[in-house]
Amino acid sequence: MSTFTIILIVLAIGLVGAYLGYQRSRSQMAPEGMRPHSRPIYHASFVASWAIIPSLLLLAAWLVVSPIVIAADVRGSFPEGVLAESQLTEDLAYGIVESLGTGLQVLPADERQTVTDTTPVKDLIDLLRQRGVPVASASTDWMVPMALHLNAMQFWSRLAMTAVVIALALGGAYWGYRQIAVRLRARNIVESVVKGALIAASSIAVLTTVGIVFSMLFETVDFFSRISAAEFFFGTTWEPRFSNVGSTGNAGSFGFIPLLAGTLYIGFVAMLIAVPIGLFAAIYMAEYASNRTRSFVKPLLEVLAGIPTIVYGFFALVTVGPFLRDLSAQVSGLLTGDYASFIQAQSVLTAGLVMAIMLIPFVSSLSDDIITSVPGSLRDGSLGLGATRSETVKRVILPAALPGIVSAILLTASRAIGETMIVVLAAGVAANLTLNPLEPMTTITVKIVAQLTGDLEFDTPQTLVAFALGMTLFVITLCLNIYALYIVRKYKEQYE
Amino acid sequence: MSDATANGIADTAAARPPRRDIGIKKRYAAERRFKIYGIIAIAIGLAFLVMLMTSIISKGYTAFWQTEIKVPITFSEQVLGTAEQANQSQTKLLMANYPQLARDGLVQLLGIDPANKQAVNAANGLISSGTRVALRDIVMNDLSKIGTTEDVWLYASSELDSALKGQYDLDVPENRRPISDLQLQYIEKLEAEGAIEQRFNWGFFTYGASSRAETAGLGVAIIGSLYMMMIVLVLALPIGVAASIYLEEFAPKNKFTDLIEVNINNLAAVPSIVFGLLGLAVFINWMGLPRSAPLIGGLVLTLMTLPTIIIATRAALRAVPPSIRWAALGLGASKNQTVFHHVLPLAAPGILTGTIIGLAQALGETAPLLLIGMVAFVADYPATPMDPATALPVQIYMWANEAERAFVERTSGAIIVLLGFLAIMNLTAIFLRRRFERRW
Repeated sequence: MSTFTIILIVLAIGLVGAYLGYQRSRSQMAPEGMRPHSRPIYHASFVASWAIIPSLLLLAAWLVVSPIVIAADVRGSFPEGVLAESQLTEDLAYGIVESLGTGLQVLPADERQTVTDTTPVKDLIDLLRQRGVPVASASTDWMVPMALHLNAMQFWSRLAMTAVVIALALGGAYWGYRQIAVRLRARNIVESVVKGALIAASSIAVLTTVGIVFSMLFETVDFFSRISAAEFFFGTTWEPRFSNVGSTGNAGSFGFIPLLAGTLYIGFVAMLIAVPIGLFAAIYMAEYASNRTRSFVKPLLEVLAGIPTIVYGFFALVTVGPFLRDLSAQVSGLLTGDYASFIQAQSVLTAGLVMAIMLIPFVSSLSDDIITSVPGSLRDGSLGLGATRSETVKRVILPAALPGIVSAILLTASRAIGETMIVVLAAGVAANLTLNPLEPMTTITVKIVAQLTGDLEFDTPQTLVAFALGMTLFVITLCLNIYALYIVRKYKEQYE
Repeated sequence: MSDATANGIADTAAARPPRRDIGIKKRYAAERRFKIYGIIAIAIGLAFLVMLMTSIISKGYTAFWQTEIKVPITFSEQVLGTAEQANQSQTKLLMANYPQLARDGLVQLLGIDPANKQAVNAANGLISSGTRVALRDIVMNDLSKIGTTEDVWLYASSELDSALKGQYDLDVPENRRPISDLQLQYIEKLEAEGAIEQRFNWGFFTYGASSRAETAGLGVAIIGSLYMMMIVLVLALPIGVAASIYLEEFAPKNKFTDLIEVNINNLAAVPSIVFGLLGLAVFINWMGLPRSAPLIGGLVLTLMTLPTIIIATRAALRAVPPSIRWAALGLGASKNQTVFHHVLPLAAPGILTGTIIGLAQALGETAPLLLIGMVAFVADYPATPMDPATALPVQIYMWANEAERAFVERTSGAIIVLLGFLAIMNLTAIFLRRRFERRW
């Protein structure tokens, strides 16, 4: 029975239990003539909680634990020769056994009957090939009984799980039903269950962060066990070669410096354009614009923030890049007579310019909020002393809002560093180390995408490096974000 | 006397010194300049928006039309086999040479000598090779058509389509453009006979992946995105609302609550690609869920959208005045009853608005989907969220990497579709806010 069906059955038991509980509570109410502590609906929820929560928790635990137990058991009965080999060989063998096992489940019942412990592995593979199931060629005969054993274990485990979970649901429902009494404080119990659920929901945010950190940490540690950290962080050439699995050739060089330089350079160009434009737009909207202009312009600028980044990437690829290239060809033609373009279609400038467009609304709406939250008394005081509006902005409001604006800029920078789709399409893939903004450079995010798209094996440095890159990216943006949030908090307290 | 008067004048001049120059003119000029900088900044921002939109729309609107040619097709028994044979076994019908039917029809329509190989090839280049499926479907649906002749509108090849839409410069020498002079003659002939037409391109919304531009469509991508949005809605809305209720209404001020708060604010600013790495490591590598499945995409996007929904929901809950809570508590409601019976319904419009905006963000997200294998060539509709599919933004990314001119048009068209969906969602959010917003 599929997990989904089991869940549905448990929910159905809970529903029926709730109905019965409701009826029982109602019937207890009338004859005794005293008011029960809780309303019938709480008694119903009480029964349903008893039926559903323990059984679903057990289901989840079973699903996590049983594959581990089964794997340990199957590995334990591997031939001595395999166990004596390295962990890697054992993992590989287990993988083949597993794929044989899943292959067996695809076969129709009558063909599956013909496979026994003594079937040679060649026959089984032929049988599977006919059904379109590919199997690794490194299979040997002892794997067939192992696969059958694995399947049998999985079958019984699932059967036992179904039985135990449904029994627990029924038992829970019965237990809850028996508990219903006039004096039962069902509402308080149900309310604490609800509160527990609320706490669980809010810890998902923490779990996500933990998940991010650990998922990347394991792969990163794995990566650094193959390539030294010093080589990664201080290397200046990025040239990972894709090699075949298992071959122990040169893995290539994984110098992180060109990627970091590209990321920072493109981000810097984008910020150079976006910050002044965004800041001036924010100042104008907060200090000069009439309410009508503001209600019209602000949403329009925010449309820019709502456009998906892939759209910006495409815009850079087919419009901005070719435009800059042709423009530079014209300019050099006018100056030197040689119509060779000196800006390449994919370049730091293209990516930075388009990224700036995306960042303008971030800078402007974040700074707008901060400028408008500067207390009016400061503004009025300055104007009252005879300062012009621009002097008020420059000498009073901006200094007062500075921490907030700095944090807005930091948040924008963290977005620029983590931006992916624009740079994937507009910045190029060559890991250059150059100071010329008219040449292509590549970024951390581009390389993460490049290393992880397509078919991949999880045990080569070429794919693991993506996690090391991701970890670095995460740490950089995390520091920027935390520092920015810290400044905002401190600043808010100042005016409250 | 005259001295005295002179002195008096001098005195008054000394008593009223000329006005000290406080540079008022300069200051006002600075003021005007400052104001103009602001206007210029806003103008640049808006100009970028206009440029972006015109660039996309001018390149993309043609994708919604597709050139079709009316060709008299003879469903000849030589090619297809007789109807009786087809009734017994469909293998021949499935494998038959349908492009030959189309070619023969077109050759006949244009009055070309079938022995003239060059002319026949030129004519054949005008129709899409995707006609195979279209013609096969006609025959398979109605076997009685075998042996008859009827006019069928066939898709033109992407080269012809692009040429008619003016995307090729036809003045360059013949060998430097994909349409030959002979083919241009044929096109003129077809136009004269009214056998060529631009029709609304339904296939753009229904077809799956294809290496030929004219039969590549958004069908699979739209369904994939739809699945993901449903998963995000079903998971992120309840979890997000529950988390916000806890943080806003129940949570005591302690280290744990602080930790959750910092976490949520942080997650909102974590680069989206990091969520893709999380999905790859946890859902695919560790849990063993299938790659390219909308289920995983949905889960990853849920984690990404949660902070947005939580932040919006908390703002909506905070906007409900405390007097409502005091009144409910004063009448004997429990804390839970207060929240679920009174505060939550009043905050619902705000929560809904935030959710729609979060969904719109998730719909446009590309980077994490690339890492979990949504960059896939999927021609068949996914039946369940566990089947491989693509998503709208990923389809745009894949088409953007195609070199052919016709794919630029398709890509822009797909972007228009995506932006259309986003506009509808955001306008709904704005409408809900205007309609149900309450000022206390």
